Amino acid sequence: MIKDQQYLKKIADICLSKSKKLGSTDANILVQSSVSENVNVRNKKLDGSERSENLGVVLTTYLGKKKSSIASSNLKESNLDELVNRCIETMKITPEDEYNSLPDKDLHFKGLKDLDLYDETHLSNEDKINYIKEAEEEAFSNDKIINTNGSGFGENKSNFLLANSNGFADGYKTSQFTAYCEVVSKSNGSMERDYEYTSKRFYSDILKPKQLGSIAAEHAVKKLNPQKIKSEKISLIFDKRISKNFLSIFASAISSSAIAKGTTFLKDKLNQQVFNPEINIQDHGNIRKANGSRYFDSEGIAVVNLDLIKNGILQDYLIDTYNGKKINRKSNGRASGTTNLYFQNGSKTFEDLIKSENKILYIKETIGHGTNIINGDYSVGASGMMIENGEFSYPVSEITIAGNLNNIFKNITLADDLEFNYATNSPTMMVEGMVVGGK
Amino acid sequence: MSSLLKNSELTSEKADSIVSETLNNCDDGELYIEDTKSETIVLDDNKIKSSNYTSDLGYGFRAVTGDTVAYSHSNEISEKSLKNSSENLKSTLKNNSGTYNSEIKKTNQKLYKDVDPIESKSMKSKIELLNNMNEYARSKDSSVKQVTASLLAEKKNVEIIRSGGELLSDNRPLVRINMSVMVEKNGRKETGVFGIGGRQDYDEYLKNDNWKKVCDEAFRIASTNIESKPSLAGEMKVVLGPGWPAILIHEAVGHGLEGDFNRKKTSAFHDLVGKKVASDGVTIIDDGTLDNRRGSLNIDDEGTPTERTVLIENGILKNFMQDRLNARLMNTKSTGNGRRESYKHVVMPRMRNTIMLGGSSTQEEMIKSVDKGIFAVSFGGGQVDITSGKFVFNCTEAYEIINGKIGSPIKGATLIGDGPSSLKEILMIGNDMMLDPGIGTCGKAGQGVPVGVGQPSLLINNMTVGGTQL
Repeated sequence: MIKDQQYLKKIADICLSKSKKLGSTDANILVQSSVSENVNVRNKKLDGSERSENLGVVLTTYLGKKKSSIASSNLKESNLDELVNRCIETMKITPEDEYNSLPDKDLHFKGLKDLDLYDETHLSNEDKINYIKEAEEEAFSNDKIINTNGSGFGENKSNFLLANSNGFADGYKTSQFTAYCEVVSKSNGSMERDYEYTSKRFYSDILKPKQLGSIAAEHAVKKLNPQKIKSEKISLIFDKRISKNFLSIFASAISSSAIAKGTTFLKDKLNQQVFNPEINIQDHGNIRKANGSRYFDSEGIAVVNLDLIKNGILQDYLIDTYNGKKINRKSNGRASGTTNLYFQNGSKTFEDLIKSENKILYIKETIGHGTNIINGDYSVGASGMMIENGEFSYPVSEITIAGNLNNIFKNITLADDLEFNYATNSPTMMVEGMVVGGK
Repeated sequence: MSSLLKNSELTSEKADSIVSETLNNCDDGELYIEDTKSETIVLDDNKIKSSNYTSDLGYGFRAVTGDTVAYSHSNEISEKSLKNSSENLKSTLKNNSGTYNSEIKKTNQKLYKDVDPIESKSMKSKIELLNNMNEYARSKDSSVKQVTASLLAEKKNVEIIRSGGELLSDNRPLVRINMSVMVEKNGRKETGVFGIGGRQDYDEYLKNDNWKKVCDEAFRIASTNIESKPSLAGEMKVVLGPGWPAILIHEAVGHGLEGDFNRKKTSAFHDLVGKKVASDGVTIIDDGTLDNRRGSLNIDDEGTPTERTVLIENGILKNFMQDRLNARLMNTKSTGNGRRESYKHVVMPRMRNTIMLGGSSTQEEMIKSVDKGIFAVSFGGGQVDITSGKFVFNCTEAYEIINGKIGSPIKGATLIGDGPSSLKEILMIGNDMMLDPGIGTCGKAGQGVPVGVGQPSLLINNMTVGGTQL
């Protein structure tokens, strides 16, 4: 069972009062409790089950402008004593940093908690196993599916309390139901794997098992017997599961920490054209039941809705208290990163996009970590499908795609098929003229 | 007697009896208890940005029968909590029945000292070191605009209690010293990253002002990259430098030789034991027994002593890397590759120090033999798709080779290849085998574990290089 707010509050109070007694001027504490249960099946047979119970604290103490942190899962009072002591001792010898402080009291979250982020539904292991077996059975009804890498179902419940010595103390429960199915297809000596994944706060919102299995199977079969293509400059269409990655890259490039340090290609681009004028990007934390929704960030600051890109122009950064001070801006509640980050729908349909040129490469998967936030260079391995005259023709693999994000961002055309499946969501995306490395 | 349970409400005797009773009808399993202390101190943008100390104590209780694994973990160490876990394991395995295999090899292996790297260097001297690194790196050139330096130390004590009360333990120190330098020149920005580490006290890595070499190397890479030009795209010959570029071996073949993917027949290598999978002269081992190395362990996380496992010998596939579960199901023995990130994670076959042994060629000969290609000296991250065998790497330091000579540095190059076929494309093996500096972390199924790699210079006949120039 996850611990209730009262229990978490008790631990928080113990730590806060100990740190005050030992001489800290300010303190911030997070107490978290979670329980997750996962089952895995493989080839329609139970492969394993896992139950985890986690309880832990993270304490940060301040002495004026000096700061130090400890974290622990061992909440015995004798251990907490020792740790708080250690935290205070370290803090005393750590050099001052003028930007260290608790967040601005006026920005603390004080509103109603009405976003429906917790579903108390509990599935027995039996039900979890049945769900995921049904998904695999559906996948195996496709005769080219010969094996699975394993499929799983997970249920996670958590509760937390965040408190600081300025009087903030709040927390809430969240839930997450997750299922994935990863299958292996085989034909004419070619073997490929692919997956489908669903994750929602409410059990009733996740994909039905049959959908999960059939989509995974379809993905894996479509990849069979790929060809390698010649190196060339070609327009790319990014499948929705990949196009959202460009939003994550954008988010890390406008974090106040990167902006303050100057380690991002989007430094000094505020109020400038970063995307083409049809592009709008929003980060909304208050969407009911959504994966990325939250009331406040890890400093207790209320999350406000941000229009990050309006008509292609950069309007705002993602700001926390510490880095905000460095760049002379107030926090906008993004110490824990983005919330529900998305591109607004474009004006073209998916059909329009795939028919817009004679030859387009459709990217279904990228591998590697080839994004350089500092200068915007982007180069990753990829696989997908060739589109010829508006029709998907053959799978493509073992290629690379490369470009610079400054140019990529200005050459994006979006379809109108946005869905809120994850915390970060994008419609299908076309980017003109990227370089493919192949034969 | 367990020493990790010493101050808890759970007695060793009670733990033994719950473990034995729970695992009675299972093929395998254990109670894994872990006490980890870790400390991270980061200097960023001229300031000590954070000092974090973490103390984590918990257990993971595992029962295995057939190919089904039940796992339950908690950081509440009490009789009640362990009994709950026991009930949970039993309910998963209620329809299965097995015979407990109590056989496990013993060892007196001591590959690293039982030191505590967090306590053996004072906080004051750690902060001083970071400040020195920052000042030294910034003083190297006015083009240095940003410096991030960090110190990471960990002491992980683990105990494994098996059915019948057998107790196995290991105390594992680990440190890492990292440096990242950003230089800016003519409106261009590039970074260079370097680090060192292993299973010893900080001071062992700081002898002879070694920290200056870490800064020098990060600065050198950043300064090289600032002069780099865009990379060509297409198929070409590739010369790999010695040491860290062996993460290519780790990705391209290492993962595909882990027991689980082969037992499940999802690896491109699963039916190739005894077959030729690499060029003549290619010998690849996975060695958990190198003194003080980041990937070394006295015993793995199931209690099996680590060993030097030959994976590929002179081009022929010999062995997979096994944990106990996959070894049993494949009728072989564990090779001591059963590892987990922490008590919160299930055991899987994982690499330790994966090394390709040296040959007889020189790096010069390799470069001379290439008309058009690239010379890759260092890589950032890599990734592999085990099933299709495709892998990628991002070069963090690379040069073009034109007519047998090293040319300009090139930027942002990605290498992509096919694991099983690229091993057959190795044309020359260098006589300069080198281990990496001790910074690698391997990710698999969401779990990160420290690993090492090593290799000599290699000439690969044909790989696809990704870039922006056609």
